[in-house]
Amino acid sequence: MVTLFQLFWSFFKIGTFTIGGGYAMIPLMEKEIVDRHRWLDKEEFLDILSVSQAMPGIFAANMATYVGKRLRGWQGAVVSVIGNVLVPIILILLLAIFFQTFRENRLVESIFMGIRPVVVALIAAPVFSMAKTAKVSKTNFWIPLLAAALIWVLGISPIIVIFLAALGGFIYGRCRKGAEQ
Amino acid sequence: MIFWQLFYTFCKIGIFNFGGGYAMIALIQNEVVFHHGWMTAQEFTDMVAVSQLTPGPVGINVATYAGYTAVVNAGFAPWLGVVGAFVASFAVVLLPFLVLLAVSEYLHRQKANPMIISILSFLRLAIVGVIAAAALQLVTPESFGTLSQNPFQVVCSCVLFLCAFLVSYRYKTSPILLIVVSGLLGFLLYF
Repeated sequence: MVTLFQLFWSFFKIGTFTIGGGYAMIPLMEKEIVDRHRWLDKEEFLDILSVSQAMPGIFAANMATYVGKRLRGWQGAVVSVIGNVLVPIILILLLAIFFQTFRENRLVESIFMGIRPVVVALIAAPVFSMAKTAKVSKTNFWIPLLAAALIWVLGISPIIVIFLAALGGFIYGRCRKGAEQ
Repeated sequence: MIFWQLFYTFCKIGIFNFGGGYAMIALIQNEVVFHHGWMTAQEFTDMVAVSQLTPGPVGINVATYAGYTAVVNAGFAPWLGVVGAFVASFAVVLLPFLVLLAVSEYLHRQKANPMIISILSFLRLAIVGVIAAAALQLVTPESFGTLSQNPFQVVCSCVLFLCAFLVSYRYKTSPILLIVVSGLLGFLLYF
């Protein structure tokens, strides 16, 4: 039987030692949960992974929730999520306090003048790799274009755009189902 | 009441985030910078850079940082900023957490459901556009410099942007490396 502390400790290590976001955690999670402790087999792990990706929210927190729930119910889910985010939250908070204090500093400002355009590039680059994953084609390329235009040109909230896309998917699914019958 | 607004806003961001860390950056930017005006676009860009450098999920990092900065920028004491940080990061995981607890076993059996597949494929397509818009919205004088005031900075910024874009797209170079190198270049070019 997995103890709550073991779960907490595993997700604590996973959260503390991965830099670069949720997806960078997958190899470490697999090593810890599948290979080292054998709490889940590889197939179960991949199933949990695909559901966590499809669900809204933060991928890493979803993984922690689902793995924790599977092994120790809701208490397991709570300790896994807390373990996963505890150190990151404290570290980023310290940095936020630091930067709030030193924002006017000339040295800090010069460093950020170099970083800012690179951050924009870091957000722009995954657009093209995600377009491949999303299977953008000649027939559906207007969907991402329309989404971008609604937000960028008309200033509509991305939350509304996401809601409309889900609705569009639902209507499309209904129509296809109707056509099949 | 800023804490309630933070809680509500980050609950919304959490439950509407399909598509990972960059999609979440796009949602947070829209709410925090444009809708509520809790921070400037420049502060937001700086925050994203810092969030990439520390461990943990980027979404959690950005929520924590934004919660702190929003409260402090509104004129409250730093310890209340710490409360704001915890409120934002708690809110951003809350609803997805509850939903997963309630329906994960059910969803498990629904993976091949054509309706779910149809909705997810539409969501994935729209998110490509959502992230593209977030990048476009950050191409501002605050990030790239103003042509009339500092043309040198604008030229350097455009070169840095293109290099970082190509390297990141072609070679999947780690964001940390790119941020550290560009920070060093910023120091050499502008200090």
